[in-house]
Amino acid sequence: MQTKTSKSALFPYVLWIAFFVIAPIALVVYYSLLDLHGNFTLDNYKAFFSSVYLKMTLSSFWYAFLITFFTLLISYPTAYFLTKTKHKQLWLLLIIIPSWINLLLKTYAFIGIFGLYGPINAFIEVFGFDPKQMLFTDISFVFVSVYIFIPFMILPIFNSLDRLNPTLIYAARDLGASAFTTFRRVVLPLTMDGVKSGIQVVFIPALSLFMITRLIAGNRVITLGTAIEQQFLVTQNWGMGSTIAVFLILFMVIIMLITGQKDKGGRVR
Amino acid sequence: MNKLSASAKVYLTIVFIVLYAPIFYLIFYSFNSGGSMNHFESFTLEHYQAVFEDSRLLVILINTVIVALLSALISTIIGTLGAIGIVTVKDSKMRNTLLSLNNVLIVSPDVIIGASFLILFTMVGIKLGFASVLLAHVAFSVPIVVLMVLPKLLEMNNSLIDAALDLGATKKDVMMRVILPYIQPGIFAGFFLALTYSLDDFAVTFFVTGNGFSTLSVEIYSMARAGISLTVNAISGLVFFVTVLVVVGYYFMTSRTSKRMEGHR
Repeated sequence: MQTKTSKSALFPYVLWIAFFVIAPIALVVYYSLLDLHGNFTLDNYKAFFSSVYLKMTLSSFWYAFLITFFTLLISYPTAYFLTKTKHKQLWLLLIIIPSWINLLLKTYAFIGIFGLYGPINAFIEVFGFDPKQMLFTDISFVFVSVYIFIPFMILPIFNSLDRLNPTLIYAARDLGASAFTTFRRVVLPLTMDGVKSGIQVVFIPALSLFMITRLIAGNRVITLGTAIEQQFLVTQNWGMGSTIAVFLILFMVIIMLITGQKDKGGRVR
Repeated sequence: MNKLSASAKVYLTIVFIVLYAPIFYLIFYSFNSGGSMNHFESFTLEHYQAVFEDSRLLVILINTVIVALLSALISTIIGTLGAIGIVTVKDSKMRNTLLSLNNVLIVSPDVIIGASFLILFTMVGIKLGFASVLLAHVAFSVPIVVLMVLPKLLEMNNSLIDAALDLGATKKDVMMRVILPYIQPGIFAGFFLALTYSLDDFAVTFFVTGNGFSTLSVEIYSMARAGISLTVNAISGLVFFVTVLVVVGYYFMTSRTSKRMEGHR
């Protein structure tokens, strides 16, 4: 009796899954097989394996890698030190607040900061260098992306560090491990789950950024996301856009398989 | 716990400064009477005035808030019902399938969600505008609500329900007076997250909004593409103020309820 009402509770939810999860993916796959006139073709896939698109995919991966790498490099120590502060939940909240400020506004700030007359150039001039145009370079693109993603990387790493049993560290130290060995052999392996989910939440969006590339990098950097946006909204070639989307979904699945957490049980506590 | 070393403190300070500097930079120049973000001339509120006098901008602001509130409300209802439904699914294979399908939209990049919804809405014949944006926001908020409510349902003791039924409660009573009050913190968290997701979203909205309907993010994008305008700075000042207010309010609300819960135990 009870299950019957609960089953009907499932109804709108299943409808949602069918309409907004399964149907869109199916439609993207379907459209990837259509040319501009709506005929079935595999040309889009052939085009994707041409040098233009392969090069773009590679460069998109390269930028996503750089962004993830620098984000991790900055976030891990931050999360590590945060767990050692007195009011760590409050400090964590303070780290998270900037991530709730609209993405567009933060990106817009950098248009001013990196501008020809902006504070960075003014700072450089103090040391006697000539002001340079820093906007529309790939360095500024990576910098802004790292800035945007830092809170998202800190959060999972912080959580995994926070769950870490401190007695394990004491034990390692008591048994004569140096601080570095303790970190490498105890802390890092035990917080790998947090690092992996951090990489997951940064790398996949980094592949598909398009707003930051447009505003900060001009058209110097073209990611998979930029290409999809271009095909859908500018060129109006939905077929090609869907094909790139299909590959982006494939890459996403592969990345999730690599960074997925397999060890559900058997964790030493 | 060992104390933070001085270098660790310096490192944390630098990270905090870098995280907040761009935001305060924006807000600082929102009071600049000069037209640029480089040279501060004198204090003025004219850019804030401009925001409130620009009726088009105000309409966009209202649109954004309405879409956020409505989509958060609808997705909270669908998501909560969905979570309650998922818990009753006993077949573990079926349940895992539902959960994986639930997470698809959470891990999908915005561009893919936007592009696929654009195809979907065009095919079904939904006019791009308010309806499509609202539907899209509901769609990507549902799984977050489910993820927020589900743990609460799983930690709930089933004997609570049995006890209520034994004491003569109807199914409706059980739902309204046992289950819903118990999972209420999860529902609130889900609603709140859905709200922020909707307010923050740019990419999905950008794809499914037609001409004539715009949200704040999309509007800022087109303003930023046109160059620097201190009206945007004034908007960010307002957004920052509201965000901090909401976060602090939420923080106190949750810490108070959790304290109250502890008091009960």
